[in-house]
Amino acid sequence: MKRKLEISELIFKIISYTLLTMFSVCCLYPFIYAISAAISGQHAVDYSEVILFPKDIQFEAFSQMFNDNMFWNAYSNTLFLTFYGTVWALGVSILGAYALSKKRLLFRRFFNFFLVFTMWFSAGIVPQYLNYLDTKEVFNVMGITDDKWLVVIAMGMAAMNIILLRNAFEGVPSDIEEAAIVDGATEFQVLSKVYIPMSKSTIATVALFFAISRWNGYFWARQMISNSNEHPLQVFIRLKLEEYTDPEAMAGWNEVYSSDSVIYALIVCSIVPILIIYPFIQKYFAKGVNVGGVKE
Amino acid sequence: MKKMFAGDFLLYDKSSNSYRPDPEQLVRDDVEKHYWRNVVRTVVKDWRLYVMLVPMILVFLFWRYFPMYELLRCFKVADEVKPVADQFFSGFSYFKRLLFSGDGLSTEFWRALRNTFLLSFYGLVFGFPVPVILALFFNEIKSDILRSAYQVLTYLPKFISTVVMTSLVTMLVKQGSLTSNMGILSQGLCALGLISEEVANAGLLNNPSFFRGIYQISGIWETAGYDSIVFFAAIIAISPTSYEAAQIDGAGKMAQMKYVVLPSILSTLVIMLITRIGSLLQIGYEKVLLLYNPNTYVTADVVSTFAQRYGLGSSSAQGLASAAEMMSNVISMLLVIGANTISRKASDVSLY
Repeated sequence: MKRKLEISELIFKIISYTLLTMFSVCCLYPFIYAISAAISGQHAVDYSEVILFPKDIQFEAFSQMFNDNMFWNAYSNTLFLTFYGTVWALGVSILGAYALSKKRLLFRRFFNFFLVFTMWFSAGIVPQYLNYLDTKEVFNVMGITDDKWLVVIAMGMAAMNIILLRNAFEGVPSDIEEAAIVDGATEFQVLSKVYIPMSKSTIATVALFFAISRWNGYFWARQMISNSNEHPLQVFIRLKLEEYTDPEAMAGWNEVYSSDSVIYALIVCSIVPILIIYPFIQKYFAKGVNVGGVKE
Repeated sequence: MKKMFAGDFLLYDKSSNSYRPDPEQLVRDDVEKHYWRNVVRTVVKDWRLYVMLVPMILVFLFWRYFPMYELLRCFKVADEVKPVADQFFSGFSYFKRLLFSGDGLSTEFWRALRNTFLLSFYGLVFGFPVPVILALFFNEIKSDILRSAYQVLTYLPKFISTVVMTSLVTMLVKQGSLTSNMGILSQGLCALGLISEEVANAGLLNNPSFFRGIYQISGIWETAGYDSIVFFAAIIAISPTSYEAAQIDGAGKMAQMKYVVLPSILSTLVIMLITRIGSLLQIGYEKVLLLYNPNTYVTADVVSTFAQRYGLGSSSAQGLASAAEMMSNVISMLLVIGANTISRKASDVSLY
């Protein structure tokens, strides 16, 4: 027999639906507005005739951006940083985490502390900046003059991600490893043929964390990459924002599209690739939260 | 000290009616005597394992630990030519100046420290309950499709980079000018009568009294949905029979919340709360940096941005700026370690 809802339950249900709908609309609205404003006419955007739907539709703002070589440059730089940065960070992390997951590793506690301490204490922005400057000099002496490699190699390693991987590796039953060793597998083969396939989902999660932080990286890229041809997308967006929201610089603006539309178009362009892959990666993100706690 | 007997080392052999050495003890003696030789042996045998560790150690050494060496600058007289090791020692003069001198820089530092604390404290007070409430609401939605739709929409802002998010905020509350109206969000707030026309027209991001509000609301907008995952996981783990039992006993919604839901998610709540308290001084400086401007330093300037402004600009203030940030980082470290210890004691879950 189905029980009737009590009045208090009914009220709570109604409140839930209402507030959730409102919050979801708030989450979605800025993006819809950005799209509409990017393709609306100059007068409609500047005098706020656009509220939800576009008006006087034009695609000039987009085409102006697509004709800008710097934009494609920035995009390819970001792809470069994301791809190589993720590969490098993930490779180093997997190797380190595998070694740390072995009970027979000597000074294991010391190495763990070595990692965890960096999560507790960081030297701060200024010492890091000086350190990166020194690194840049060393890289230049070694013949690596492209600052992108500095960003790829020196930045973005995270102790937390290594610990997530270590825990996943510790969860692999040691019998399987022993069986592999009996069959004549070397250490590297054990890692690549047993451990990596068996902790695929954690590796995917960690790779995603690395990729997202690379894709979003702004501050150090702006500080350390001196050549504007090598700026990633985030820095490019920020510089454009600073340029286009300066009222004096925009005083003589005379186009069919508003100067705001350029910024909105940029925002849309940087979000679209994420929206496309979002449905596929969402479940790994949810998983990452659950494996955050560590039992000792 | 434990008393030793011959029998501890020697075994009695019945057949020859004599004592002979215990073979296990011989091995133990050997292990003790040749401890380091055995260490070397295991390392040589497992050399591949140690080779795997090398890249990670080097990366952390070069780019996490070497910067700590630069912290020596906090105690040295600034010198643009000499490396930090050769600079003259100046004791705690920077710390004294920042903390006690009372000059402009010192006031600015105290302001930054207060802002850092307040921004994360308000984030805790206003930001912490929202994901919990969202998770409770998600639990009310019985249709899977509808709930997934809500979840996908509310997680969405988390995937947007800080730069894009702050750009959106900047555009939505931008100031009005002769040729264009103010941002659409400012207009909405005006229409609702929450802010006055002149204030909105001058740009909300130029007004120090709005900075904290904008920071917190955009923070909630960005992370609330995503942070609710962990609470929602705790809530759906509750067995439906618990609710049924409570309902049969005549419990209304509030009573169910109090006696069924709350006890079940309490440990998760406590852990998340402790973590948040531990990271009270670790504030994402990038977002502040992207949202603040000289007009709003009063409420927006945090220790990291203070250090960044002075330390990266000129080399003479590097020591001072590092000292400022080091103080906040040390307090932050104590908070993290304290929170972690409490968490381990309270729930057997250690976060690191």
